[in-house]
Amino acid sequence: MPLLTRDQAQSLIERTIRLSRADELQVSINAGDETNIRFADNRITTSGTADDLSVRVASAFGARAAVTTTNDVSDEGLERAVRLSESLARLAPENPERMPLLGTQAYRDVESYVQGTATATPADRARVALTAIESAKRAGAVVAGFLTTTAGSTAIGNSKGLFAYRSSTGVDYSQTVRTPDGTGSGWAGANHPDWRQIDFAAVSARATQKALASRNPTAVEPGRYTVILEAQAAGDLVQLLAGSLDARSAAEGRSAWSKQGGGTRLGEKVVDDRVTLLSDPWDPQLLSSPFDNEGLPLQRQVWIENGVLKTLPASRYWSQRQNLTPTGQPNSLKMSGTDQTLEQIIAGTDRGILVTRLWYIRPVNARTLLYTGLTRDGTFLVENGNVTRPVMNMRFNESPLFMLGKLDAIGAPARLSGDSNGLVVPPLRVRDFAFTSLSEAV
Amino acid sequence: MTRRRDFLKSSAVAAGAIAASRILSPAELWAARLSSAQESDDALAHLRFAELAPSDIEALLLQAVDAARSAGATFADARIGRYKRQQIATRERQITGVQDTETVGLGVRVLRLGTWGFAATRDLSPDGVRRAVREAVGIANANRLPGVPPVVLAPGEKHGRQTWKSSYAIDPWDVPIEQKAGLLFAANAEALKVPGVRFVNGGMAFVKEEKHYANTDGSIISQTIIRSDLPYVVTAVASDNSDFQARGNAVQPMGRGYEYIVAQDLTSSARLWAEQAAEKLTAKSVEIGKWDIIATPSNLFLTIHESIGHSTELDRALGHEANMAGTSFLAPPQQKLGETRIGSELMHVKGDRSQEGSCAAMGFDDDGIKPKEFDIIRNGMFVDYQTTRELAPSLDWWYRKQGKPTQSNGCCHADSWNSVQFQRMPNVSLMPGEKDITLDDIIAATDKGIVMYSRGTYSIDQQRYNGQFGAQLCYEVRGGKIVGQLKDVAYQMRTTDFWQSMDMLGGRRSYELGSTFNDGKGEPGQVSAVSHGCVPARFRNQNVLNTGRTG
Repeated sequence: MPLLTRDQAQSLIERTIRLSRADELQVSINAGDETNIRFADNRITTSGTADDLSVRVASAFGARAAVTTTNDVSDEGLERAVRLSESLARLAPENPERMPLLGTQAYRDVESYVQGTATATPADRARVALTAIESAKRAGAVVAGFLTTTAGSTAIGNSKGLFAYRSSTGVDYSQTVRTPDGTGSGWAGANHPDWRQIDFAAVSARATQKALASRNPTAVEPGRYTVILEAQAAGDLVQLLAGSLDARSAAEGRSAWSKQGGGTRLGEKVVDDRVTLLSDPWDPQLLSSPFDNEGLPLQRQVWIENGVLKTLPASRYWSQRQNLTPTGQPNSLKMSGTDQTLEQIIAGTDRGILVTRLWYIRPVNARTLLYTGLTRDGTFLVENGNVTRPVMNMRFNESPLFMLGKLDAIGAPARLSGDSNGLVVPPLRVRDFAFTSLSEAV
Repeated sequence: MTRRRDFLKSSAVAAGAIAASRILSPAELWAARLSSAQESDDALAHLRFAELAPSDIEALLLQAVDAARSAGATFADARIGRYKRQQIATRERQITGVQDTETVGLGVRVLRLGTWGFAATRDLSPDGVRRAVREAVGIANANRLPGVPPVVLAPGEKHGRQTWKSSYAIDPWDVPIEQKAGLLFAANAEALKVPGVRFVNGGMAFVKEEKHYANTDGSIISQTIIRSDLPYVVTAVASDNSDFQARGNAVQPMGRGYEYIVAQDLTSSARLWAEQAAEKLTAKSVEIGKWDIIATPSNLFLTIHESIGHSTELDRALGHEANMAGTSFLAPPQQKLGETRIGSELMHVKGDRSQEGSCAAMGFDDDGIKPKEFDIIRNGMFVDYQTTRELAPSLDWWYRKQGKPTQSNGCCHADSWNSVQFQRMPNVSLMPGEKDITLDDIIAATDKGIVMYSRGTYSIDQQRYNGQFGAQLCYEVRGGKIVGQLKDVAYQMRTTDFWQSMDMLGGRRSYELGSTFNDGKGEPGQVSAVSHGCVPARFRNQNVLNTGRTG
């Protein structure tokens, strides 16, 4: 059972609403247990657990609004938070874009709370660490990794009768295996709401294999290459493109989705016609929240369909002003693909660079979505359908927008490590990917 | 699992104690707290941090430390903290958000049989503390692995009762919201007067940490830390929507109060930033090739942070961050300390947590150590890492060679009560040169260069060899003079080559702090704020690329 049940969340929200003297009040609750274990240098380094319960109180008097958050849920704590949000709201200038709160909504539940995740013990976690450490030691290597579990619930309620509730669990696991001479490094990870769906030994095997195979890399000349981005590397870039989708900034002329001369690029073919990007809380690979932070029910939304920009996320205010349907703030992302495996993509490649994951990705040019960053933890040359040798890491300066227009193979979408909301992206093969310098980093 | 339900039940029972329909003044609330606290033994279960007297906090901390010791811990510490954040956001002529966040709780760390355990709870009752200690001890027990050498700590320090306060004159929480918003609106209006400027996103962010710490060495330390930030971005858009350019990151976050915000002269500054953004639309796009980079402190601090700050963290060199932030080119320590030339002879770098108003300033770290200033790079040579009590003993051989005692450099920090402390960066600063050189002197001495202001794009590899840095504002220097603004500028560098190419360095008068508010590290991720003092400096013949390409 989640830390805060539906009934408990409802009564806590009602208790808060009763304290309100504002025109409108919305209460959001986040409750949960988080556990973690971290290992490095073939030993456990830090490990802990923390429980918390925070209440976010948003009060509004007409167009004046303010938010306070507290984790003191005694009556006095709540009273203090409500009074503070009211006094801040009264002093705040009017926000002409403030939207009235939503009333009662209907939600379709997403099943994403797994008891087996919530009840994992310190001994279970230590066993995972030990499995990884033993696997690395057998290979004569050194491992660093991280396992975290979360079990919690979120709820939103307001003075107009809205009530949304969701409980969920999560497991995120990743590790980096390095060879003791410092010349090889391999990464692998996994993520799922269900502890039993994580193949801990397989993650270790993959990271170890990459570490050993990546020893003593040699340089290739930086330049434009065909790259095979493993799902994790592809996801690192595709999520940046998704994050830039926004109706308002596009209309305002300060986005990659703005049209020269005015307006947005909606309806235009913007990338390869095999590209479809969507958010769908019920997708079995995503299982994300069916409502956003305002309590708006989320639907399946297709942002880019067969390469055409179909929908830009729009806030309630912007939707009203532009006569659009509000999309809500999506919290998960899927890029659809084929059933081709990574191995098949490699086998079909004459010459290219295979990339495990990307690192320190930062925006360089907001107009073109140009980003820079580096390859990391397993970069290889592929020749005539085979991985032939490890190569030195390289810095890229590339745009996911350009990249999705230069696709020549798409694989099977996979759920990626590091994003508990659900990020599902296929491995990709991309032509003319721009590497601009070498890095000695391993 | 049951503790949450129990807690809610007890809260619901307590609901009768104070009529929910009546607004109580803080004084009334306080009185109610005290009276209900005296009514029953378990009243502390409902007592929250705001009402806890210093003696209550101390009692809970000592309960945790004593319970850990009784459970066989050779070392333990406990932290109770209240962490407050306030954010105000505006765009153009309107407010877009007012947020005030507060979180309170306890974290306890135990070292038992050479293995760490950590647990945190928001339940500040004696029962809550007992449970947290039990969980932390349970984790330490579960994590003992055969054949793993025990954690050994560098010597602790017994400080007794101590209090420390960061440097602030005005607590931002004492300034009304409408006053803060008013300042931003006046500035936004001024910025929007500039032709071409269409958008302004201006905000303020404040942090207040009230931290209480106790450990088995006999220290009970209370610290209050305030930091302030003024994120402000002005965006200009070309009339045909063919380009947009922004100017932001002009104000450095500082470990100071609201007086720092007031001192920024925001209205006239906003006007200047707006003019700079508008001018950028028609600025010359940079020519690819070799340029001398003249980095001013507002820009150079981030290059120091990324290339020197992170590479000299000992936990990274030892592989603790291998799965996340990465390792370091300065590893293994045995081969690098005293052996590696990082920069030119002009380069001296120190670590500290004492510069007044800096973001990393604090009286004591989260190991209970009083941080001292320490050398990291001397005359270009690498001489020490950032350390904690857990990390320092591995450098015993080096400190003995230097004739110094093995002790922590005071770099242990946790970002909240619910996160475990680990090695975090102190202020890492580039010392001024001995000659009284100014930015103007450097420009006058440069034939073909680019002057860079404020942090722009930044990226560096996981061992800190290969970096790429941009800026908010770039100016072309030809024949010793600034000839105009440039855009689409970034330089790619290799850390040691870059610092060895440094041939001019500003003097003491040109020393400034640059800061970052949210430096990320660790798993689960933690943030910390850090400043880097530096002076303008020139780096010869850097590789500059043009970031404006469209395909």
